Amino acid sequence: MTTTLTINGEAKSFDAPADMPLLWVLRDVLGMTGTQFGCGIAQCGACTVHIDGKPVRSCMLPVGAVRDRAVTTIEGVGASPVGAKVQKAWLDLEVIQCGYCQSGQIMSAAALLAATPNPDDSDIDAAMAGNICRCGTYVRIRAAIKQAASQRQS
Amino acid sequence: MAVAEKIFDGLSRRAVLTGGLAGGILLSFHLPVRAFGVNEPVQPPDDTAGKFAPNAFIRIDAGGTTTLVMPQVEMGQGVYTSISMILAEELDADFSRLALEHAPPSDKLYGNPMFGIQATGNSNSIRAWWPHLRAAGASARAMLVQAAAQQWQVDPASCTTANSEVMHKDSGRKLSYGELALAASSEVPPKDVPLKDPKDFVLIGKPLKRLDTPDKVNGKAVYGIDAILPNMKFATLKACPVFGGKVAKVDDSAAKKIPGVQKIVVLDDLVAVVGDHMWAAKKGLDALVIDWDEGPNAHISSTDIWRDLRAASEKDGAVAKSAGDIVKGLATGDRLDAAYELPFLAHATMEPINATVHVTPDLCEVWTGTQVMTRVQSEAAKAAGLPVEKVIVNNHLLGGGFGRKLEPDMVVAAVRIAKQVDGPVKVVWTREEDIQHDVYRPVYRDNIAATLSDGKIVGWKYRVSGSAIMARWFPAGFQNGVDIDGVDSGIDMPYDIPNFHVEFVRAEPPAVPTGFWRGVGPNNNVFAIESFMDELAKKAGKDPVDFRRGMLGKNPRLLAALNLAAEKSGWGQPSPDRVGRGVSVQPSFASFIATVVEAEIDESGEVKLRRVTCAVDTGIAVNPDTVVAQLEGGLIFGLTAALYGEVTIDKGRVQQSNFNDYRMLRIDQAPKIEVHVIESGEAPGGIGETGVTAGPPALRNAIYAATGVALRRLPIDRAMIAAGKKS
Repeated sequence: MTTTLTINGEAKSFDAPADMPLLWVLRDVLGMTGTQFGCGIAQCGACTVHIDGKPVRSCMLPVGAVRDRAVTTIEGVGASPVGAKVQKAWLDLEVIQCGYCQSGQIMSAAALLAATPNPDDSDIDAAMAGNICRCGTYVRIRAAIKQAASQRQS
Repeated sequence: MAVAEKIFDGLSRRAVLTGGLAGGILLSFHLPVRAFGVNEPVQPPDDTAGKFAPNAFIRIDAGGTTTLVMPQVEMGQGVYTSISMILAEELDADFSRLALEHAPPSDKLYGNPMFGIQATGNSNSIRAWWPHLRAAGASARAMLVQAAAQQWQVDPASCTTANSEVMHKDSGRKLSYGELALAASSEVPPKDVPLKDPKDFVLIGKPLKRLDTPDKVNGKAVYGIDAILPNMKFATLKACPVFGGKVAKVDDSAAKKIPGVQKIVVLDDLVAVVGDHMWAAKKGLDALVIDWDEGPNAHISSTDIWRDLRAASEKDGAVAKSAGDIVKGLATGDRLDAAYELPFLAHATMEPINATVHVTPDLCEVWTGTQVMTRVQSEAAKAAGLPVEKVIVNNHLLGGGFGRKLEPDMVVAAVRIAKQVDGPVKVVWTREEDIQHDVYRPVYRDNIAATLSDGKIVGWKYRVSGSAIMARWFPAGFQNGVDIDGVDSGIDMPYDIPNFHVEFVRAEPPAVPTGFWRGVGPNNNVFAIESFMDELAKKAGKDPVDFRRGMLGKNPRLLAALNLAAEKSGWGQPSPDRVGRGVSVQPSFASFIATVVEAEIDESGEVKLRRVTCAVDTGIAVNPDTVVAQLEGGLIFGLTAALYGEVTIDKGRVQQSNFNDYRMLRIDQAPKIEVHVIESGEAPGGIGETGVTAGPPALRNAIYAATGVALRRLPIDRAMIAAGKKS
């Protein structure tokens, strides 16, 4: 079945069954490997993408359910000012270690800041608790979100 | 053979590039661009004409780009940056114009000086390579200087170097390393090249930005799981859930009907489904009806394993170290006995284990992320039935290693599957298979007896019982019944104790495969020793920090760390009700670390981590920001295990399967963490494992301080805390 999705602002057409999770369409059909597989059951957040700006775990989202909504992935998140600020803060504070979960962390953080420009610690907890980092970079993730938020105002 | 000799031993530039592999394909990847052979066409053998390649680690082309070959793998610990800083420091290379390549498999060229094989682990990348990489950089620099001096007809000693240029101050002349590359190629490496005085370091000791992270914020970084090859298929697999079990019968009629399923591969111990994408492979796998021959291990349970380990730990062990008179020591003063237990643990790297393999009649090519390049190559060769030189291994960034990728099993399984597939196949384990078929951190039981006299320890008998991982993984590390890893920080005790005795009992759990897990042997040593120290302090009626201070006289670096951590954590100041502070100290991995955990414990036994304060003397901190980051992350890794980590066995199979039942600490539970790096001129210590071993005993001691409950087992037992049973 040919499906067309808008991903990072571009129309992409491909053949995939409607029940196939968006994660595998991105990775295995379209070759967009920045979105990562971590658990397959929406427990770790490594596969987080934006659907119309909202953070969604793509490992459990059937591609047939996306329809005409806009998909943004880690490859495209830097095109938005908030996404670029999150990426910059991540590098400025050297958040990243192995980096495998960080696509998902950055997507969750960018969605948080888009909706809540000045998050407090409890906002950060609520938005980011779905993203596991096995390297344990949480202290810096929190600091980087705050830095990105403060730069957003300036 | 000394590694300095290894570096220069008859090394041709061609050998640097090909690692001796037939076919001469360049096995490398550059950062920050994508990997060769993965998302870009495989490059032809690199043309070294006009390049300066003085040793296995450095190449400089005529355009001035300095390429550094990384002998250790990047799994998050920042080692690509630290290694580059060391090489570039002595080379005086322009740090902003570096290209990095992953080393090809070669124990001869890239064998870790501490292991002798090409392995990344035990927090020894910097410790092992420090003098050798400095020598490599300094030698290359000297050759460039010689080439410039020759051209200018001046004394080499009158030349200086900086930012990839040689300068002659008196005449104002300068030449870039690129301009000198060809001439330097015919220079002879000097003997006994002088190294920089540390006070002249311009890179080492500065918190430089990592070289691998820019591509990790935009999806461009390439991990093993991201390998893409033309006409590649995708596979996922299921092994017999019982350790050692076999496939009896497979009904694949439903699986074959699933669109996208290409092939069912049935091996003796596992079944894989190959498809057009992971989704087809996974749906196909779920549709299989597999009958297993569960074999002889189907009765094994954690209960039996613990019963057997406890029994084994009561016997005498092989003596690892003995000083003074332990019989006399244990007969003097007040005696305390305790035993501490650590569970099986899975690694749960965020990147599930995977390997992409293409097997043809005369070649096997592997794309993966591994901590053991040459082992992967030799094991893949065996599985493929090919000579080792017919196996090409392309390494990648690792989405976490933690010791899991010190094993080649995932590559072996992928090769066995790929032998039945036409073209390349990417084999990805589901998280469930990753957790249920790990090589687990072994169960340990540590028995300690000690005696106190005048507030000090006079006798200390410590017995570690558990798996001898070294006996399998690195037999030289298992001698006379002692596993050097299992007793590592048990032998290397920081405290001044006159009568001291350490034993090891090898007790292998049946069927469950065991291996290294971040923190390695010191995980059990530091937990047992530092937990017991708090119990002894209480028996002696002393404050835990004061008690330790009194026995650290011969260990000034650790004492200084303890004093700093105590000061910064507010040790001794009043804390709220049900909030406790606990301390741990450790000299492990040649880093001297003191840690204070502050935790709040509620009536139900639930623990909230409030704050962790850590002071570290790791010698020269090559990249201080990396040292801080590794401690922050290591503490979280260790505290995660202390709060939640346990793999249990029932009916011969692992009971946990994914992050829903193998829990991880999340951001809303993460404490504030402060790391204080102590300035030091000593040689660099190891850092990647250290936070992992530091956190659990400090947390255990915080719970002890807040509640009086003496936990002797991990993960923490909330019911025991709630019951409030005091020691």
